[in-house]
Amino acid sequence: MSILVNKNTRVITQGITGATGLFHAQGARDYGTQMVGGVTPGKGGTTVEGFPVFDTVEDAIKETGANASVIYVPPIGSADAIMEAVDAGIELVICITEGVPVLDMVKVKKYMEGKDCRLVGPNCPGVITPGECKIGIMPGYIHKPGPVGVVSRSGTLTYEAVWQLTTRDIGQTTCVGIGGDPVNGTSHLDVLKMFENDPDTEAVIMIGEIGGDAEEQAAAYVRDHMTKPVAAFIAGATAPAGKRMGHAGAIISGGKGDAASKKAFLAECGVSVADSPAEMAEALLKIWQP
Amino acid sequence: MNVHEYQAKAILRNFGVPVPEGHVVYNGNSARDWAKRLGDGPYAVKAQIHAGGRGKGGGVKIAKTADEVKQYARDMFGMTLVTHQTGPEGKIVRRVLIESGCNIADEFYVSFLVDRVTDRVTLMASAEGGVNIEEVAEKTPEKLFFEAVDPVVGLTAFQARKVAFKLGFGIAQVKQAVPLLMNLYKAFVETDCSLLEINPLVLTGGGDLLCLDAKINFDENALFRHIRIRDLRDYDEEDANEIEASQYDLSYIALDGNIGCMVNGAGLAMATMDIIKHYGGDPANFLDVGGGATIERVTEAFKLILSDDKVEGILVNIFGGIMKCDVIATGVIEAAKQIGVKVPLVVRLEGTNVDLGKKMLAESGLNIVSADGMGDAAEKIVKAVKG
Repeated sequence: MSILVNKNTRVITQGITGATGLFHAQGARDYGTQMVGGVTPGKGGTTVEGFPVFDTVEDAIKETGANASVIYVPPIGSADAIMEAVDAGIELVICITEGVPVLDMVKVKKYMEGKDCRLVGPNCPGVITPGECKIGIMPGYIHKPGPVGVVSRSGTLTYEAVWQLTTRDIGQTTCVGIGGDPVNGTSHLDVLKMFENDPDTEAVIMIGEIGGDAEEQAAAYVRDHMTKPVAAFIAGATAPAGKRMGHAGAIISGGKGDAASKKAFLAECGVSVADSPAEMAEALLKIWQP
Repeated sequence: MNVHEYQAKAILRNFGVPVPEGHVVYNGNSARDWAKRLGDGPYAVKAQIHAGGRGKGGGVKIAKTADEVKQYARDMFGMTLVTHQTGPEGKIVRRVLIESGCNIADEFYVSFLVDRVTDRVTLMASAEGGVNIEEVAEKTPEKLFFEAVDPVVGLTAFQARKVAFKLGFGIAQVKQAVPLLMNLYKAFVETDCSLLEINPLVLTGGGDLLCLDAKINFDENALFRHIRIRDLRDYDEEDANEIEASQYDLSYIALDGNIGCMVNGAGLAMATMDIIKHYGGDPANFLDVGGGATIERVTEAFKLILSDDKVEGILVNIFGGIMKCDVIATGVIEAAKQIGVKVPLVVRLEGTNVDLGKKMLAESGLNIVSADGMGDAAEKIVKAVKG
């Protein structure tokens, strides 16, 4: 078991004829993911590197039976691409694109209300269930199958955590990059709930950042409902207030969302908080043994 | 992206929001001329910098005559204004806004922002205007009112009325407040704001509502569809290095420490700053080189880091991922040669072909210290800098 994606997930790539979309579609296929085709309006009926291309997501689903979509469409068309996938009945949409206007995402979230579809991202590295399915831009080889769930806003910092696990011979059930934007499809809390309900996940590493209070909400869930051990790291202890640290969401404003208060609250909720990003796996091993 | 108060007010005026009559000037004489055109005094003379709290620092004056306007404006040009938002170095005043003064009977606070908990644009209002709203939020949160806006229908009249009544307005002001708030919302969504703040919204002696100050931040991700707003960017208000960095798609923010950092990915870049601090050092910057550590990008990143005289050592932390470590090593070596990096350089590489990458660093003949893992890298650079 795992969450979100597994060996039966059938994936289409929206924006497959772009350089980035095609590169990562091939990478995912090489990893063993069922990459069943792609969508680029106007190029329907052609093939690219063996992938059948369709004009619409609706056509792609009809022909390929896809149940997940990954989006590499540029920011100007990302929101539209997400809504097209939702409308076509895709169960899982993962939007990798960085730089989607926040008000576009406000509309997308409203559009998705009441619809049976999960969005991960935008501005995220994607989702991987090691050994089964990789959707996104993360390097597959650093992962290995195992019992730890990983959830994070950031890409390379997730790789860091995964690598710390893998080099200690501890594998992962699923690693989810939720993205660094202020308005996104899936929160830390959403993913924790999924890990809690996944029988194969024994423990979780959650990586947060300064800004907002999503980590605090997740920690309250750990305190009140979670039976599995959770370790965490919060990036941005040295970030000055009012400066945006790369991610649109990573900003301390109005005295809220700084790392120290987040860490303190997480610790209060029973989360094992790593003092340094080099000790994420160690923080988990303090409270859990594989 | 931030804009000046006078630019924000011009945008709001186009959306039918009541703002004072005024004009931006660049010298004392035109300050006097514009004051005369505005009619009889009093006038407000307001320094235009991208920071709040200007009044306390002497950046806002009330003048009775056009000659006084000229004098105040002259005093302001070139002055370094220090407020709680500028940092201790302050900001130089280059533009001054001249406005008609008004008779203030009462002050209120109104803002719109994207609430990341509800994923909605939210109207926030308080009868405690003209003061630091963060203090109000902390000490008397019950004095703040919120309305989340449904993106399909926009801010409705009833929501605007509810807020207006909560602010204590009489019916005459409620009738003004409803279109004012609805137009502010319209401005927010049609120009892709991330923050629109009116503090204070004033009730004049004549019983009219007027936006006496206005602050707008725009969503940089949406500037592609607002060419005219993009042109309002004032480079004088931004850090020269951060502007330089953005030309190369590098994300750079200067800090006060002495250890330069070059990292791929924003989260890992923040974490690298944190771990330097953890081992007793001080990061000199945040720098995300992005996904592709090409020779050109790494070279530009080194130049940026070294343009800061305080930098006494550099930590490069790259988690290769898709990029191969030998390619990254080539980039770092070539860039270090081109620039002539003279300070200690610690490089931590991880990812595909890591052994080859480390070997290349070791055989480069350059004074590069290779590190295993983030902890080791941070310890080594902190030690190298402390001597």
